[in-house]
Amino acid sequence: MLRRAGEGGHQTSPALPQGKETVLKTKDDSESRSPVSIGGVTPDSRLRDLVERLSGQKVADCYQCGECTAGCPVAFAMDLMPNQVTRLVQLGLAEEVLACRTIWLCAGCQTCVARCPQLVEPSAIMDALRQIAAERGIKAPEGEIEAFHKAFLNSVERSGRVHEMGMIAELKLKTRKFVKDVPVGLGLFTKGKLSPLPKPVKDRAAVKKIFKELRKHEETADE
Amino acid sequence: MSSAPDNAGPMKYAYYPGCSLHSTAKEYDASTRAVSEALGVELLEIPDWNCCGASSAHGEGHLLSTGLPGRNILLAEQMGLDIAVPCAACYNRLAVANAEMRSDPGLAEKVSGVVGLQFQGTSDVRPLVDIIVNDDGLEAIGARVRRQLEGLKVACYYGCLLVRPPRVLGFDDADEPMTMDNLVTALGGEPVTWPHKTECCGASFSLTRVDVVQKMTGDVLRMARDCGANCVVCACPLCMTNLDMRQGGIESLTGEKIGLPIFYFTELLALAMGLDMVKSCWKMHFVSPEPLLRETAAV
Repeated sequence: MLRRAGEGGHQTSPALPQGKETVLKTKDDSESRSPVSIGGVTPDSRLRDLVERLSGQKVADCYQCGECTAGCPVAFAMDLMPNQVTRLVQLGLAEEVLACRTIWLCAGCQTCVARCPQLVEPSAIMDALRQIAAERGIKAPEGEIEAFHKAFLNSVERSGRVHEMGMIAELKLKTRKFVKDVPVGLGLFTKGKLSPLPKPVKDRAAVKKIFKELRKHEETADE
Repeated sequence: MSSAPDNAGPMKYAYYPGCSLHSTAKEYDASTRAVSEALGVELLEIPDWNCCGASSAHGEGHLLSTGLPGRNILLAEQMGLDIAVPCAACYNRLAVANAEMRSDPGLAEKVSGVVGLQFQGTSDVRPLVDIIVNDDGLEAIGARVRRQLEGLKVACYYGCLLVRPPRVLGFDDADEPMTMDNLVTALGGEPVTWPHKTECCGASFSLTRVDVVQKMTGDVLRMARDCGANCVVCACPLCMTNLDMRQGGIESLTGEKIGLPIFYFTELLALAMGLDMVKSCWKMHFVSPEPLLRETAAV
């Protein structure tokens, strides 16, 4: 149960997964105080605006029906359910939501996008949260997934296209998991599906320029 | 713009193969080119195309994830053609970027400025499966069939990105797409009714959270088998990689045999149309389709 300090009657229940209750437990003080405090945590009032701006989604429109969670094929591996992620953004509980696994485990399959009755796109909210987490230097609890995205984009920035072998090499150097997947890697190689050398685009400067000009995080710069 | 001309000339498209079709999905590229040529669909590769950013760029912001596919769209507009995309993930990125640039002039201006070409919004982005099946129609394809694919009980797997988000894509139903099912019927095979047509395979977690992929892909494969399929057909290199390459690992994890060969829809077309090149595709598969094809005399 969450309570806005000073507004004793207003309650919402975000139904957090097990183990999270203690973090959000209501600090039941009756004295009127500002800013809002939830269980001793001061919500980040800018979080919702920031997410709305980055994702283009009206986070406030979510009325917690849970359709996104019901259809999410990766929910089994997540720590927060997709509807809870949106709820925490609504509440401004930045610390909780930016450190969760869920934002990294979203596969971007768009099932939630197709089903949301409020036309909110939860996967776009996840994208925005990953950006903000990275900006704020929050360690990703799914380090390998973060390393994959970096290696992938480095490969594209370098040569304009993904060079699988180079990308996998970079990923392995970062994660130090050298023996993982050796058999399937060899299989790909012997089937001629991995090239040792990249085949870059000719106009590499054009792609580098896209990265230079459009990767800027100006949109998150209200902090 | 519509690439299908009023007269009977060849249909021309700007072809965006994407990175996978030059590496892990070479057989998709080869069968795409062979089938298109045989059907009179001319594919002109977009000169110097770049990666669409796939599932990574949108975690780095909206601008980058529009700019990367945006350059390819602008290059295709120079060719004056609609864009044909075989990879479901690339198709999704290009189609979404195109729709967003069409509806947001500010975004289109930004991308145009960086790429150095003015966005016109004149090229449509279409998935190859839509072009192949719907441009000339299934009757025309049926007339080209040399070998009926009798005995193939096919689970048609569309995955996520070919049909979602429906508000932007929408060439087929988002929950119960039928394009590939109708194609399989036209080729003499039997599409099975099954509920996992548009479930997610785990996509890019294939290299990072193998356990997550094994659960997701395993569910899809087991459902296909349980619904009576003896093979699966797909239209996405990521789906193929997970369903085909990861199948052995899934089998050893649970100790059960699944044994479902996975096809690209272009491979089934090439097979049915009697295009010899398709034989060179089978060695690229982890689960060999050859025993099933011998068994069903479809080879």
